[in-house]
Amino acid sequence: MAEFEKANSIGEWFDQRLNVKAFTKVMMTEYWIPKEINFLWAMGALLVMLFKLLIITGIFLLMYYKPDVNMAFDSVNYTIMQEVGYGWLFRNIHGVGASVVFLIIYIHMFTAIYYGSYKKGREMIWLSGMLLFVLFSAEGFSGYMLPWGQMSYWAAYVITEIFGGIPFIGGDLVIWIRGNFYVADATLTRFFMLHVLLIPVVLIGAIAFHFYTLRFPHVNNEEGEFFDYKKESEKYLAGDKANSKVIAFWPDFLSKDFMVIAIFMIFFFYLVFYNNGFAMDPVNFDKADGMKTPAHIYPEWYFLWSYEVLRGFFFEIGGISGKDLGLMAFGFAQGIFLVLPWLDRSPMVKPANQRPVFKYWFWLLMADLFVLTIFGKLPPTGINAYVGFFASTTFLGLFISLPFLSKIEAKIVGGK
Amino acid sequence: MFALYVGLAVAILLIVLNIVLSKLSFPKEGRILAIIVVLVGYIYWGFEPFAHHEMHPHVEDASYAFDGKQDIEALEHAGKDATETKAFWASMAKIAEHKGDAVAGKALVTANCTGCHSIKAEGFAEVMSDADAAVSYGVTPPDLSIAGRVYDRNFLIAFIANPVKAMHIEHKYPVGGEKVFPMPASDFMQPQEIADMVAYLADAASKVPAPKVKEGASEFEISKAANKEVFETACVRCHAMNYAGIQAKTSADAMSKYIGATPPDLSQYIRSRGDHYLHNFINDPQRKLPGTGMPRVGLNEKAQTQVVEYMTQIGDSKKDEREALGPKVLIYLTILAIFALLWKQKIWRDLH
Repeated sequence: MAEFEKANSIGEWFDQRLNVKAFTKVMMTEYWIPKEINFLWAMGALLVMLFKLLIITGIFLLMYYKPDVNMAFDSVNYTIMQEVGYGWLFRNIHGVGASVVFLIIYIHMFTAIYYGSYKKGREMIWLSGMLLFVLFSAEGFSGYMLPWGQMSYWAAYVITEIFGGIPFIGGDLVIWIRGNFYVADATLTRFFMLHVLLIPVVLIGAIAFHFYTLRFPHVNNEEGEFFDYKKESEKYLAGDKANSKVIAFWPDFLSKDFMVIAIFMIFFFYLVFYNNGFAMDPVNFDKADGMKTPAHIYPEWYFLWSYEVLRGFFFEIGGISGKDLGLMAFGFAQGIFLVLPWLDRSPMVKPANQRPVFKYWFWLLMADLFVLTIFGKLPPTGINAYVGFFASTTFLGLFISLPFLSKIEAKIVGGK
Repeated sequence: MFALYVGLAVAILLIVLNIVLSKLSFPKEGRILAIIVVLVGYIYWGFEPFAHHEMHPHVEDASYAFDGKQDIEALEHAGKDATETKAFWASMAKIAEHKGDAVAGKALVTANCTGCHSIKAEGFAEVMSDADAAVSYGVTPPDLSIAGRVYDRNFLIAFIANPVKAMHIEHKYPVGGEKVFPMPASDFMQPQEIADMVAYLADAASKVPAPKVKEGASEFEISKAANKEVFETACVRCHAMNYAGIQAKTSADAMSKYIGATPPDLSQYIRSRGDHYLHNFINDPQRKLPGTGMPRVGLNEKAQTQVVEYMTQIGDSKKDEREALGPKVLIYLTILAIFALLWKQKIWRDLH
């Protein structure tokens, strides 16, 4: 063991043992972030904030929630909402937080797509981010089941049923996932376990990994500019902060993040107190009843686009049933964002609006996702079914054509 | 289709906004914020108000006239013959013109009603237990102590004359059908007699004192007790309110024999249906849910408001606490945001 001299201060005592000063430099004061950024770069910190709120409120809810089909509904709607002091506040924050976290994830994700922050060395940032999206989706879905309302039950039924479409093993797989032939107590308790233990643990690890992936390629900037971080950081450290292209993570970058978070929290808590119906569907305040199908079954808003892709194909094409086609399209939609860095074959790292071909692709995709989301909630009857089909095929077409379109762009810009 | 047009409109709006804002040298971050606010607002509009509008077609708001106008319109709209319904409600309007006499009414009610109904406030006790009554009649008959205060006068007149028509449940009890409604129609009585009976019920109800509350009870508790009294008269013969410890007077088994379905527990109905829906539904269930076994109960506006208020007091009991805490949290966050903004500006002054 190394010899330790007597420390003169508490700071020094910790520094001797944990190397706090060097650690703070590496992680905070000399962790470099580009200066050319806008408030969209604060979405990551905002997501951390929302995740913390979800964990804290989740812990309080966990103290009173009962994962049992006979008790779950009342433990949420009576015990937590009416009996426990401020239980309603924790539940509202948790429910609204779960919905808003997806809004921010989507903004974060489409910011990355818009600014091309997924290529030229940033592939791992993108991949770990998409892993987080998958984990958050699983977390959202498993949590939605817990209040054991009508929507909880029927969403669980519909989503687990999807796995039945997988060839050969589908039928057995559904039973294995549910732990029963239908959605029952075993289903609730295992999704409870996933929601409060396995997925959160993996999530925390994945978040840490996502931060780590940012370390070497560095965060992208508003102009997609590549520059020498060493040179720019030396300028900063020499005191020429104004002419340096970088800022320190602490306090420069985080001061802006805190500002964005604080302003956003006003909006967030407005939703928590006054407008939480969008996150806590009224239908889910009816207790789960396996004998009574609700008039309309729909997922939460953030899954509507992929739900619409799933049911967009409602007729047989070339001997394949609409259901199977929908399932294939759904699988495609779930996986395709993951490989985006390799579908975009243009070397250009620039905001979408400065890219001659990609800009059309980006805004078309946005418009298509909007149509999918809005029609994903409506009953798929009459004209709605055709709009859904058209929007679903557009979605597939956009991703299938991206390699070719981006190759054309690559030719236009000539390797820039 | 409508959504698609609006989608296109928003796309065009976005492009125009983008061009205009860039020409005006509007700060870049403001431009990005404007675009995001428009996009998020649009998607919210799509999956909330617009989707609700598409999935739950609008019905006319609750009407407390109880003059049969809506029934006649519904029949005509469905292309059915409304002659009989029109004649019924026209004769009801005639009865309503008679001024009732409470003293004469008391004799009539004693002779005609108390064989089945209790009027506890007037000293007419229950004839049998709730369970026995459910077996005898199908459903426990209501106590009439505050009937004259809770139910609309026009409705009571129509109800005495022809309960099935007044409650808008002809589909459950068609004329000449197998099932017969437990309370017989009294349209053979003289108009003056019916008016007298209703006058007596109103007079009896006016003498019932407000429900007792503990000494020094809060305004909330007083209103809750008053609302509960109305709720128990109007709803509890069939419905439970578990979160208030209230069980339905008629058992679930008896109910399911009686109407072919088990009436739901109403504890969370204020959350699952919302007050707007509840008002329209209670006023005339058939309009919102055609074919439902629930009858039109004929609550007047005040009583119905009390029922819905009680459902809020039980199902959303922390509403007042929530609304009181909300502004404080928002003010705190606004102050925090101002400090965060100042701190950011201080730090970034050196960076530009």
